[in-house]
Amino acid sequence: MKKLINNSDNVVRESLEGMAAAHPDLIKVHFDPHFIYRVEAPIPGKVALISGGGSGHEPMHGGFVGLGMLDAACPGEVFTSPTPDQMLEAAKMVTGGAGVLNIVKNYSGDVMNFEMAAELAHSEGISVLNILIDDDIAVKDSLYTQGRRGVGATVLAEKICGAAAQQGYDLTQVANLCRQVNLNGRSMGMALTSCTVPAKGSPTFSLGDDEIESGIGIHGEPGRQRMSLKSADEITEMLAVSIIEDRNYTRTVREWDADKGEWVEQELIDPAFESGDRVLAFVNSMGGTPLSELYIVYRKLAEICEKKKLQIVRNLIGPYITSLDMQGCSITLLKLDDEMIQLWDAPVKTPALRWGI
Amino acid sequence: MVSKEQILQWLQAVAVVLEQNKDYLTEQDAAIGDADHGINMNRGFQKVATQLPSVADKDIGNILKTVSMTLISSVGGASGPLYGTMFLRASTAVAGKSELTDEEMATLFQAFVEGIVQRGKANLGDKTMLDSLSPATDTFQQAVAAGASTAEALQQAVAAAEEGMKQTIPLVAKKGRASYLGDRSAGHQDPGATSTYLILKTLWETVNS
Repeated sequence: MKKLINNSDNVVRESLEGMAAAHPDLIKVHFDPHFIYRVEAPIPGKVALISGGGSGHEPMHGGFVGLGMLDAACPGEVFTSPTPDQMLEAAKMVTGGAGVLNIVKNYSGDVMNFEMAAELAHSEGISVLNILIDDDIAVKDSLYTQGRRGVGATVLAEKICGAAAQQGYDLTQVANLCRQVNLNGRSMGMALTSCTVPAKGSPTFSLGDDEIESGIGIHGEPGRQRMSLKSADEITEMLAVSIIEDRNYTRTVREWDADKGEWVEQELIDPAFESGDRVLAFVNSMGGTPLSELYIVYRKLAEICEKKKLQIVRNLIGPYITSLDMQGCSITLLKLDDEMIQLWDAPVKTPALRWGI
Repeated sequence: MVSKEQILQWLQAVAVVLEQNKDYLTEQDAAIGDADHGINMNRGFQKVATQLPSVADKDIGNILKTVSMTLISSVGGASGPLYGTMFLRASTAVAGKSELTDEEMATLFQAFVEGIVQRGKANLGDKTMLDSLSPATDTFQQAVAAGASTAEALQQAVAAAEEGMKQTIPLVAKKGRASYLGDRSAGHQDPGATSTYLILKTLWETVNS
């Protein structure tokens, strides 16, 4: 393993120390438990947005803390979900009295830890809602299982809901919007190489020089299918067509009822894309793939969307939800309405995403 | 009968065993998950080992509650809440005790199972830690009912856990990150079932020594 690190035990802490040193105008970092929070927090009367997950996906989530996006991010160990005490302390630090929305990727560890955190915050009198992001179509349809993973749509939900919270939406409104972004977003990824977790020191899985893995998640967990290497156009077509042609997806999710203080189950359905839809196209690097290759992917994606009569009205291209040093990419398409477009365009100023200011 | 001292020795020994098996568990997790189970469990139990002296004069319920809170706040992933809830349930089940009769040990096992089921919503055969814990619990209860000594009952329970652990190899995962692999998760032993087996085996070794 060749890594630019000092000691694998200190990767997360030293990275956070560097982040705090780099962006003192935007964020502060709290240690033990670890969380990153907005320098202005708490903001009275504003719904606070918190997300979190394993480290190793930078800039997600810490890079999205700031004006118009997250109020706090809880980084776990590398690829390991954060713990409930981190989320609880973050919630206490950033709550402005209008409630806290936790944006949670659908991975069992994240889900369970955020569920415990919501229960703890509730017992301390903080109104909390958890919304799950499960946009990865690589995983089979399922009603009562782990379901689909949460990947690229998380970034888009954090931006759009962050703008909504900034504009004064209340907790229920922000949560409903977050659910809508999730239901209208679909993603799929692929890997050219494995990543190497610093504490493990060797690649998580091995891929031959002539092999790729399709349908990967963001933790170096192997994907659903291994296949021979293809051209960028063929890979893009495989990912994009799978996303566009994915049909209505139904699952049952558990959401926290802040009034009753209990978990309730509800059935949610993703609508399929239709001809004429306006979409946001997000081409994401898994960390090791350069921007030049992402543009090759975008070139083909735009052509496919045009052929399928999907209008790309906004886009995002770059490394935003990564998997350490893995080479590969993911594509996310999000069906937009006027409200989402306005919120997407709203000012944002965070370490990793900024415009309109 | 299991004494408080044995419970403390067991938990200290688990920290040693998990350190020794850190890479083994992580390799198992790399095959079907995300290569962190051994690293996370080791981090959690090393922290537990440092906390134990401060609660050595407390009752078993209090000791197990400290284990629970330490695991919840230091392990992360799915194992943190699962093992954390398991020990939390157990701590309530044996609150105030300074030694455990065989019936109370059976109650402790049952609380472990209920903690996992409650937090993880898992069923037997989902390729999880429940697949080693649940048969161990049933076997312990049956052995005690049939008049076995504590050590004998634990020995039989550990054998059942080992068998359950091995039976996870052909299973297709229904929970956790391995479930995202679908059929490709078959052919690999579940790391959670393995860590549970190691923890139970250490309990038997402690009581037997």
